[in-house]
Amino acid sequence: MNHWIIAPVILPALLAPIIAFVMRHDIVLARAASALGAVALAAIAVGLTILAMDGSTHVYYLGDWPAPFGIVLVLDRLSAMMVLLTSILALVMLWHMMATGRDQRGRHFHALFQFQLMGVCGAFLTGDAFNLFVFFEVLLIASYGLMIHGGGRVRMRAGLQYVVMNLAGSTLFLFALGALYAATGTLNMADLAEKVRAIPMEDAALVRVAAVLLLMVFAIKAALVPVHFWLPGTYSNAPAPVAALFAIMTKVGAYAIIRVYTLIFGPDVVAIDGLITTLLVPAATLTLAVGALGALAAKRFMPMLSFAVIGSMGTLTFAISGMTPEAMSAALYYMVHSTFAAAALFLLADLVTRRRGNDALTPQVETEKHGIFSALFFAGAIAMTGMPPLSGFFGKLLVLDAVRDTAWMTVAWVAILVGSLITIVGFARAGSILFWKARRNPNGDPDAQWVARSDRSPLNAQKLTSIFTMLFMMAMLVAAARPISVYMDAAAAQIFDVTSYIEAVLRPAGEVLK
Amino acid sequence: MEMIVASTIGVLTAGGVYLVLRMRAFPVIVGLALLSYAVNVFLFSTGRLATDAPPILNKYGDATYSDPLPQALVLTAIVISFGMTAVLVMISIGSYLEADNDEMALIDEEAPPDAEFEAEAQAEEEAARARASLSEADAADEEALKGLGV
Repeated sequence: MNHWIIAPVILPALLAPIIAFVMRHDIVLARAASALGAVALAAIAVGLTILAMDGSTHVYYLGDWPAPFGIVLVLDRLSAMMVLLTSILALVMLWHMMATGRDQRGRHFHALFQFQLMGVCGAFLTGDAFNLFVFFEVLLIASYGLMIHGGGRVRMRAGLQYVVMNLAGSTLFLFALGALYAATGTLNMADLAEKVRAIPMEDAALVRVAAVLLLMVFAIKAALVPVHFWLPGTYSNAPAPVAALFAIMTKVGAYAIIRVYTLIFGPDVVAIDGLITTLLVPAATLTLAVGALGALAAKRFMPMLSFAVIGSMGTLTFAISGMTPEAMSAALYYMVHSTFAAAALFLLADLVTRRRGNDALTPQVETEKHGIFSALFFAGAIAMTGMPPLSGFFGKLLVLDAVRDTAWMTVAWVAILVGSLITIVGFARAGSILFWKARRNPNGDPDAQWVARSDRSPLNAQKLTSIFTMLFMMAMLVAAARPISVYMDAAAAQIFDVTSYIEAVLRPAGEVLK
Repeated sequence: MEMIVASTIGVLTAGGVYLVLRMRAFPVIVGLALLSYAVNVFLFSTGRLATDAPPILNKYGDATYSDPLPQALVLTAIVISFGMTAVLVMISIGSYLEADNDEMALIDEEAPPDAEFEAEAQAEEEAARARASLSEADAADEEALKGLGV
C-alpha cells in the first residue's frame, strides 16, 4: 500500500488550517506556504503519474479496512492525470494571483485555495460514491469563498445564486446515493459495479432512477444544458483568475461522468441498456449550440468566455457519449486542452478588464501594452475555437474521428463543426471590438470614467508569465502529441477494463481479508 | 410506518421545491433546509425501516437489526448541510447588506462596473466615515475631559 496516494488530499488539508489560523495576518508567510504547498502537490502529482504508468490499479485502504467496508482511494492513469492537471493549473493560477496582488483583495485567499485543491484532488482519487459526495462538498464550500473573494454587490448576488444552485444539486446527489444504496446495499464503486451488473432488467427500476439522478448531478457540475445556467453568472462575476481555476470544476463533473458511467453503469450493464448515451447526445448538442450562440451574442467579455467554456463542454460530452476506448481517449485529450485554453483566456481577461476598468464589449480607449494583449487574445482564441496550430485543433479532430462510427455521427459532426464556426465568429467579433476598434486618444472621451478607475500598475513579465505558461502547455500538447496520446489511449483502455479495477479493489493479491 | 415516512419525505420535498423557486433569499434558505431534512429522512429509510432493533448484528444471528450505514451517512449529511446552511445565511446577509434587498435575480446591466472596483470604492467610503466618527468621538471625549477639569 503506497501512502503517497493520499498525499494530494492530506497536504492541502493540513496546510489550509495552518494558513488560516497562524498566517492570516502575514501575507508573505501565507504566500510562501501556499506556493510551497502547490509546488509540493505538483511534485507528488508527477510522482503519482509515473507510478500509475505501470498500468496497474493502485488502491489505498483508509485505516486498512478491507474494501467494501472501508473507504478506498484508487489511483489509475485517469485519476493520476487529473490530479496532475489540477496541480499544474493551481500553480499557474496561484502565480497569477500573487503577481497581480489579487490575493490581498480579500481575506483567506490562500486557505480557501488549499481547501479547493483538497476537494478537487479528493474527488479525482476516491473510489467510494459517498466519499465523492463529501469531496464535492469540500471543493464547493471552498469555491463559494473564492467566488466572492474581493466582494462587491454584483459578485455577492451571483455568489448567492451559485451557492443555492449547488446546494440543490447536493440534495439531488444525496437522493441518488440513497436510491443506489437502497437498490444495492453498498456505496463502494467497485462493489457497486459488481452488484449493478448482477441486477436483471426487470428489477432495475430503482437503479435506473439512481443512474439518471446521478447523471443530472454531474451534468450540473459539468454545466450541460439544460442545467448549465449557473455557469455564466458565476464565471463572469467571479474574480477572473478564480474563474481560471474553476476551469477544473466543470472537468470534475466530466470526470465523474466518465468514472461512474464506465465503471458502475458501463455500456455493458444490462440494467442501464444504453440509457446514458441516449441522454448525453441531445444534451451535448444543446450545450454546444447554447455555448456557441452565447459566445456570439454576449455583451461582455467575461460572459463570452463563460459561454465558450460551455461550448467546449458540449464537444467533450460528445466524445464521452461515444463510450468506446477511442472516443474516451479523444475526450481525455480534449479535456486537458480545454482546461488550459479556458484558463489562458480567463487570465488574459483579468489583465485586460482590470486595465480597461470594465469588461463591456464596446469600443473603448485602448489600454497600455495594447499589442501584446491583442496577440495573446489571438493565440487564446485560436486555442479555444480549435484552429491549428494549437491543441484545440487536434482535440476536435480526435473527437470528430472517434464518433465517426456511431449512429449519431451526423448530429455530432454538424454540431461540432457549425458550433466551432459560430464560436470563431464570436471570438472574431469580440477581438475586433476589444482590440481593433480601440481608440487612441482618451481626451474628452465618454469612457474617461472607466479609465480613471482602471488598474495603472505597470505590466511586467511576472503578470504575463501565467498566460504564456498556459499557451506553452497547449503547444506542448501538440509537440508531444504522440507520447501524450499513447498515455491517453492506455488510460482509456484502463477505464474500460472494469474487471481488473474490481479485482484490484475488492480482491487484492497477496492480502487476506480480515 | 412506511406510509408516514414516505409522505413526510414527499411533503418536505414539495414544500422545499416550492420555497426554493421563490425569488427571495429567506424563503430559498428555508426551502433548502426543508429539502435537506427530506433527504436526511430518505437516506435514513434506505437501510429499510425497523423499530426496536439495534444497529449491530446479534450473536444469535436471527434477530432483526437496523442497518447502521445509512445512520452514519445521515450523520455526515446533517453535518454538511448544517455547515452549508450557515455559509448560505452568511452570503445572503452579505448580499442583502450590499444591495439593500434580498432578491435573488441578477439585474442585467449593460456594462456593470467591475465588482471589485465598486467594492474598493465602498470600502474607502466606509473607512472615511469611520475615521470621521472616530474624530468626532475624540472631540467629544476631549470636551468631556475639559468638563472634568483634567
